[in-house]
Amino acid sequence: MMQWETVIGLEVHVQLATQSKIFSGASTAFGSQPNSQACAVDLGLPGVLPVLNEAAVAMAVQFGLAIDAEIPETSVFDRKNYFYPDLPKGYQTSQMYHPIVGPGEVEVALDDGSTKRVRVHHAHLEEDAGKSLHEDYHGMTGIDLNRAGTPLLEIVSEPDMRSAKEAVGYIRAIHAIVTYLGISDGNMAEGSMRCDVNVSVRPKGQEAFGTRAEIKNVNSFRFVEKAIACETQRQIELIEDGGTVIQETRLYDPEADETRSMRTKEEANDYRYFPCPDLLPVVLDRAYVDHLRSSLPELPAEKRARFESELGLSSYDAGVLSSSRPMAEYFEAVKQVCGDAKQAANWVQGELSGQLNREGIDIAESPVTAEQLGGLVKRVIDGTINGKAAKQVFIALWNDEGQTADELIDAKGLKQVTDSGAIEAMIDSVIADSPVQVAQYREAEDDKRGKMIGYFVGQVMKASRGTANPQQVNALLKEKLDQA
Amino acid sequence: MHDKTLTELATALAAGEFSSRELTESLLARIQRFDGELNSFITVTGDEALAAADAADSTRARGEAGPLNGLPLALKDIFCTQGVRTSCGSRMLDNFVSPYNATLVEKLATAGTVCLGKTNMDEFAMGSSNENSYYGPVKNPWDLSAVPGGSSGGSAAAVAASLVPAALGTDTGGSVRQPAAFCGITGLKPTYGRVSRYGMVAYASSLDQAGPMARTAEDCALLLGAIAGHDPRDSTSVARGVPNYRAELDASLSGLKIGLPKEYFGDGLDPAVATAVREAIAVYESLGASVREVSLPHTELAIPAYYVIAPAEASSNLSRFDGVRFGHRCENPTDLIDLYKRSRAEGFGEEVKRRILIGTHTLSEGFFDAYYKKAQQVRRLIRQDFLDAFEEVDVLMGPAAPTPAFDLGANKDPVSMYLQDIYTIAINLAGIPGISVPAGFANDRPIGLQVLGPHFAEQHLLNVAHQFQQVTDWHRCRPAFAGENA
Repeated sequence: MMQWETVIGLEVHVQLATQSKIFSGASTAFGSQPNSQACAVDLGLPGVLPVLNEAAVAMAVQFGLAIDAEIPETSVFDRKNYFYPDLPKGYQTSQMYHPIVGPGEVEVALDDGSTKRVRVHHAHLEEDAGKSLHEDYHGMTGIDLNRAGTPLLEIVSEPDMRSAKEAVGYIRAIHAIVTYLGISDGNMAEGSMRCDVNVSVRPKGQEAFGTRAEIKNVNSFRFVEKAIACETQRQIELIEDGGTVIQETRLYDPEADETRSMRTKEEANDYRYFPCPDLLPVVLDRAYVDHLRSSLPELPAEKRARFESELGLSSYDAGVLSSSRPMAEYFEAVKQVCGDAKQAANWVQGELSGQLNREGIDIAESPVTAEQLGGLVKRVIDGTINGKAAKQVFIALWNDEGQTADELIDAKGLKQVTDSGAIEAMIDSVIADSPVQVAQYREAEDDKRGKMIGYFVGQVMKASRGTANPQQVNALLKEKLDQA
Repeated sequence: MHDKTLTELATALAAGEFSSRELTESLLARIQRFDGELNSFITVTGDEALAAADAADSTRARGEAGPLNGLPLALKDIFCTQGVRTSCGSRMLDNFVSPYNATLVEKLATAGTVCLGKTNMDEFAMGSSNENSYYGPVKNPWDLSAVPGGSSGGSAAAVAASLVPAALGTDTGGSVRQPAAFCGITGLKPTYGRVSRYGMVAYASSLDQAGPMARTAEDCALLLGAIAGHDPRDSTSVARGVPNYRAELDASLSGLKIGLPKEYFGDGLDPAVATAVREAIAVYESLGASVREVSLPHTELAIPAYYVIAPAEASSNLSRFDGVRFGHRCENPTDLIDLYKRSRAEGFGEEVKRRILIGTHTLSEGFFDAYYKKAQQVRRLIRQDFLDAFEEVDVLMGPAAPTPAFDLGANKDPVSMYLQDIYTIAINLAGIPGISVPAGFANDRPIGLQVLGPHFAEQHLLNVAHQFQQVTDWHRCRPAFAGENA
């Protein structure tokens, strides 16, 4: 049986988080009444002209610097001409020949802890189109132009990825970079990141690429993975059945989990690109670029490396904790307060992430603040409370029963008992109350006793209402039970 | 009062000889009386004009009147005017009432001018005779069987017939200067970027420029001062101070170096026009100017280059007229493609369709390099021709058009119509300013002298034109139509 290799290239459209649109002063906020955020320029009224939003330029350049890309001195806007009802001017203003960001590279963390470098061919600025609404209009189509003119950065990769996992890793890396930079909210559900996926297959070992199909508008990490998987399968089966892959645009249907042909190359539009005469070329002087470079925040790859080397975290932990800016900032704040990176890492990835996932809440909206969690972890580290009590305090903080861990520890009387006299007294009373179990324990072989001691630990912890130091309880119990 | 220049009217209004309302009423009456035959207006905004005149009179009463306060004028129907139909001479926009004002319209309103209406034009500014209007052709007041030129033919005819003292036009390949020449008035195309294009319906964005059309250079100077300047809404408008264009009008022309491009006096130039232009140049010599021949070697490439670049931009600019959001929509479309096809087929006239087709073709895959890219290279050469010439001379002079106004219906072939712009079109490609000044007659039809200068030399051009008008009377001649004895 022939071994196949999948070749994947991605075009990721990132909606930039500017206040106003790329060529007009209208707001870019999501979710407003249809057409309430479309001004004369967005509507493409006769006579209107575009004016470039400098914030979009700055964000694009920041992205370019973050992926170590060439930033050409001059970039040019072109018109991409085609008719569509939600494209008000009959052309999309984009950058075809001279994009704002040249070749760069993105480091992608893979599940096995290794990394892979994926080359970025270029990234260019363009305006988004509006939306066609086909429901609720009695067989007619509604047009909402609120989104028209929203700035997009289209990031075009080289065909460097060889599996769906790598492709997802790449999108996650792009997602991390743009959210770290604060140039996009990265919200895929609201369409802030959309992907076109180019997929081809070739026999393993063959150098030449196979014919690719482009899958349009895949809008979640999961769908990217599934769309690639089913398109790869389709192409392999097609070839193995003696067919040939044709260059075409396809759509992924998540419900049927299949891709369907949208249009072939022959049906493709001739976009008649030419330089937009209404906009001057964008010329970036060195000082401007240097200023943006010097104001770049620490980026995910740098953070991951620092978490490993300076904080001694495992590569897995470092990867997870640096995967998004809110996550990294949260973790670093917890670490700052509690003073222990590993404990902070365990709590953020364990108790906190578990609770957030269960409730479907983003870490940025966590009901337990990083300061609160840091204060709690600090009390675990200094032995004020034990792990079990800590979980109780965590839940109390989550439910907003108190402001700080210390306040809740006091209120609930959870302070760990480390006074060995007090613990001994409790042990003595448990031993006295459990003659049968004590006898069984003492008759048992050494290797069975380990398990049997659990009963006594439980009783003592219960007697202490969970506040006794479990290690101490264990050690003292062993001593006393083994005495006889 | 309708025979006065804009400058004379400003003086009379300031002196209280009559009010802006009286002036406006008188001109509206003339439009009412004469424009049925001339067809220079698409929309007359009488009520709005009287309200604006009253407001201007109040401003004057408060002692706050600026130099243009209360002066009536007309706007080519290519400028968006809030609440007033802006048709661009097209069926496509027959129902379009603009929800906003062009920057130029705003500036003129702020200056206190009174807009009497929107003037007729070739559809989407495509044409040289004003025969391409959905609202019918405009007639030349000097001879009703002649065209007024185009595309700003309505503006030129209205001024020539003294229906308004001045009007605004736009010039993409000669559309201010050629009709000014045909109608015996003064018309200025400023440097590209001098006047904001915001709110001017786009034909060819890299060439379009608005300019004043009036009786005299002095009037053009007055108007240019009001409309020029950087506009943050137009990225191609130039951030450069606006001088007082009237300040240098009286400067002496002694020592002025005039270049005559030999290519502008070759085959195809009507002998009567050549004679009138040479006589005008002799007048300049008498004013102390020196004359020499220069060469603009790429002149013959200007029309081919223009008819690649302008239609290419137009094909894209006119894509927004698709029947979806505004403008003409066909009846009962069966589907989206039918909606597009029929709305555009019905909404656009023949010349507009022709240019959309040319532009769509030249931008197509496989043709782009041969046409559009090549034309842009030619454009740079043409610009360089002018820059080189201005190393040697201060201004260039020649005819504004190869012939006087031709008869309505005489130019049926599009290419022969395109040749009308042979002396004006290169100026747009180079982005430099040019002015057309009345300089004589042939068979009772006016002839225009064109004066060209380097980028942003408007002040000097106006000075050169004004001095000519101090020693000649061509600009004072009035057609018999709508005249004192009409």
